[in-house]
Amino acid sequence: MNAKEEILARIGRALDGTEETVEVPRRYRRSLDEGTDVVELLIDRLVDYKANVHHGLESIEAALGEAKKVVVPADLPAGWRRGGAEYIEDDALATDELDGMDAVLTGCAAAVAVSGTIMLDAGPAQGRRAITLVPDHHVVVVGRDQIVGHLAQALPRLSRTDPQTWISGPSATSDIELQRVEGVHGPRRLDVVIADL
Amino acid sequence: MSRIGLFITCVNDALYPQTPKAVVTVLERLGYEVDFPTAQTCCGQMHANSGYRDDAAKLARSFEEVFGGYEAVVTPSGSCAAMVRDQYPDLTGSDFGARVLELSEFLLDHAGVDDVGARFEHTVTYHPTCHGTRALGLGDKPLRLLRNVAGIELVDLPEADQCCGFGGTFALKNSEVSTAMLEDKCRHADRTGAEYLAAADNSCLTHIGGGISRSGGPRPIHYAEILAATA
Amino acid sequence: MSTAFPKAAKVALGMPQLRSNLAHATGTIRGKRAAVAAELDDWEQLRDAASAVKADVQRHLPELLETFERNAIEAGAKVHWARDGAEANRIAARITREAGADEVVKVKSMATQEIELNEHFEAEGLAAWETDLAELIVQLAEDRPSHILVPAIHYNRTEIRDIFKGRMKDAPADLTDDPAALAEAARRHLRRRFLSAKVAVSGANFAIAETGSLVVVESEGNGRMCLTMPETLISIVGVEKLLPSFDDLEVFMQLLPRSSTGERMNPYSSIWTGRAEGDGPKDVHIILLDNGRTDVLADEVGRQALSCIRCSACLNVCPVYERTGGHAYGHVYPGPIGAILAPQLEPGRHDDLPYASSLCGACYEVCPVKINIPEVLVHLRQTGPHGAGEKAAMGAAQAVMARPGLWRAALRAARFFSRPWRRRGYVRRLPFPGSKWTVSRDLGVPPKESFRDWWKEHER
Repeated sequence: MNAKEEILARIGRALDGTEETVEVPRRYRRSLDEGTDVVELLIDRLVDYKANVHHGLESIEAALGEAKKVVVPADLPAGWRRGGAEYIEDDALATDELDGMDAVLTGCAAAVAVSGTIMLDAGPAQGRRAITLVPDHHVVVVGRDQIVGHLAQALPRLSRTDPQTWISGPSATSDIELQRVEGVHGPRRLDVVIADL
Repeated sequence: MSRIGLFITCVNDALYPQTPKAVVTVLERLGYEVDFPTAQTCCGQMHANSGYRDDAAKLARSFEEVFGGYEAVVTPSGSCAAMVRDQYPDLTGSDFGARVLELSEFLLDHAGVDDVGARFEHTVTYHPTCHGTRALGLGDKPLRLLRNVAGIELVDLPEADQCCGFGGTFALKNSEVSTAMLEDKCRHADRTGAEYLAAADNSCLTHIGGGISRSGGPRPIHYAEILAATA
Repeated sequence: MSTAFPKAAKVALGMPQLRSNLAHATGTIRGKRAAVAAELDDWEQLRDAASAVKADVQRHLPELLETFERNAIEAGAKVHWARDGAEANRIAARITREAGADEVVKVKSMATQEIELNEHFEAEGLAAWETDLAELIVQLAEDRPSHILVPAIHYNRTEIRDIFKGRMKDAPADLTDDPAALAEAARRHLRRRFLSAKVAVSGANFAIAETGSLVVVESEGNGRMCLTMPETLISIVGVEKLLPSFDDLEVFMQLLPRSSTGERMNPYSSIWTGRAEGDGPKDVHIILLDNGRTDVLADEVGRQALSCIRCSACLNVCPVYERTGGHAYGHVYPGPIGAILAPQLEPGRHDDLPYASSLCGACYEVCPVKINIPEVLVHLRQTGPHGAGEKAAMGAAQAVMARPGLWRAALRAARFFSRPWRRRGYVRRLPFPGSKWTVSRDLGVPPKESFRDWWKEHER
């Protein structure tokens, strides 16, 4: 017997005599209370994570701050490339080139207000995972209609089998005395631009 | 009104007669007729929790025989009530536990009484015992009864929800860890400056009291005794 | 029975710095967890759902594993099966060599710790570099992890600074014990390694059968680095990690971050499905690991331990763990979950761990998947082994308690023989095994008049 057959056989023996199915009670919430201002809630959570929040596409320049070299996915809308920064489209840039970027500017697939989570799924204006990881500063544009209150409302908006990254604030660690400190290996600065798209 | 069966627990049988006396006093004051079946011994918790299932099952079956004639059984122990409710279904296959109520459950949920007409002019801090609070789900029921005692001054116990370290044979098998937990509990109790430390289980109070007896601090007392006091 | 735990616990209890570090860290996280769990008014419903999903997964494990394998392969992953740790280590080492590498970067993973992958790689002349900050601290200190989530929880910031200064070659000379400075030092130390690594090894928090996806939940970005930058990715996943569908994440991704680090959501979660063209590793391997899990599954009461999502909430609330730390447990899974998992994963060993609990129930109260840890502890105590002396004492006690007449006689005898101590009211010293009690506690003395005597009078 190969390993797979043997493991499956062991499981079969272990389960011998066990009843078939367990009903899953799904009585939990799938949305927030009606009337919740999800944009305000998202902002509150993002600020709590020490992310910076900006309003309107015109604030992209301010969000990029001092960044001179900004990597962007090739399909980033032209209207987002604002200010005096040099926008470099990711054309399978080498890792060292990515490491030389000051910032990355992308869009996202969805955002969950209650947990302050921004979700990327390799869709439009998001690019591959490395570009939002290696540069130390991530500016992400979140459309107002991409914001949902609850995690359960966001999942259907994601491409299930493309690579996903869920981002809740800048890189952080709680490994020293269980106190959260921002900034380890991922982007240490996260700027979120909330806009009507 | 049907008679109430009183299960005093083996610990009280051996060491603390004042606690079941207090239960009788409180229940009779409220007009209940209490019965003490003398054939009772132990619910089997020590055996069950130490891994002696067969022994525990024998004791559980005796318990059900002794108390089989009562619709309600009242006990001044959250731990023993939790044992009957949680473990008897496995040990004897019965749901006998539904009939066995810790004193505060009986008073608040069954009798609908939250003021038992007691007076106790002392400062008291309250330790919510683990099995009563978590396994039985007593919440703050004993405390709600204590709040309505005339003259009592209740002071909060720091880190009250932390176990005192008793845990039955745990106190012997892991004596050092148990002692470290006890030391913290005694220190917190002492810091309250209270005259009494009340709880819903004399087994835990045996442990805490045994520590306080050396380190100093409030006097351990079962909360039923406070409910029975009138002066 | 093994007495490793009580002995190791005694050693730990004698280390004041360790106890203070643990009390501080677990106290901090307890407060955070309680606050964010209380924010959700459907917390109990989420726990009920999670518990049921996991129980259902266990019942459908063969189908779910085959579905997962099929979907992962279709998405471009290579799926391997490993009966035990040795087999998983051999497969991982072979893939590493075939990728032309002699080292790997690692995402924090309990499964790889459990199978001692690092040690195996070292023995084969390969290097495995931990990249999680706490794992890095432990690896640099040549120590063992002491906590599931925060393996360096037993160190405080000053001790970590000293470890970095003494053992991290590129640590700044003026490194302070400010946690931000320590994190910065780790960033610099690992950055080159991340950007040049050829092979990464990870575990997974969840494996989704419906899509063949894996999920890794983390904070620092070291996980994203390992999962994204290298050409080859090897993920070692316990067979119990499956979830039926992608939508099940709506339950687990609420429970896990709030239960583990006490955050509404952890900073980064990565979800990937096989290979993605032009994005991340080109060579994606998944090793499905048994290593004793099917033995645990065979125990109808004990199998709930397989529902564990490794959040470590039970460690953080455990009064025993808080005082002894993780090393005393002598297993990669310490604390309450370790006390039920270790003896089941390695039958015949760790049989003292089910007794390393006062059964206070704090663990069950916080467990996001409602593993009834006290129930399993009591269940495992049934298989003993029980010492001859204890067995005799328990048998005698049962024999007396099962006979009301004997019980009453025993109570009378206790009152009679304890007379010398009655005036003082307590006993200060008892012979063994009572000495285990009186080492730190006095014992009350049976009263002159029993309740039974009083009742006789009262009834009249």
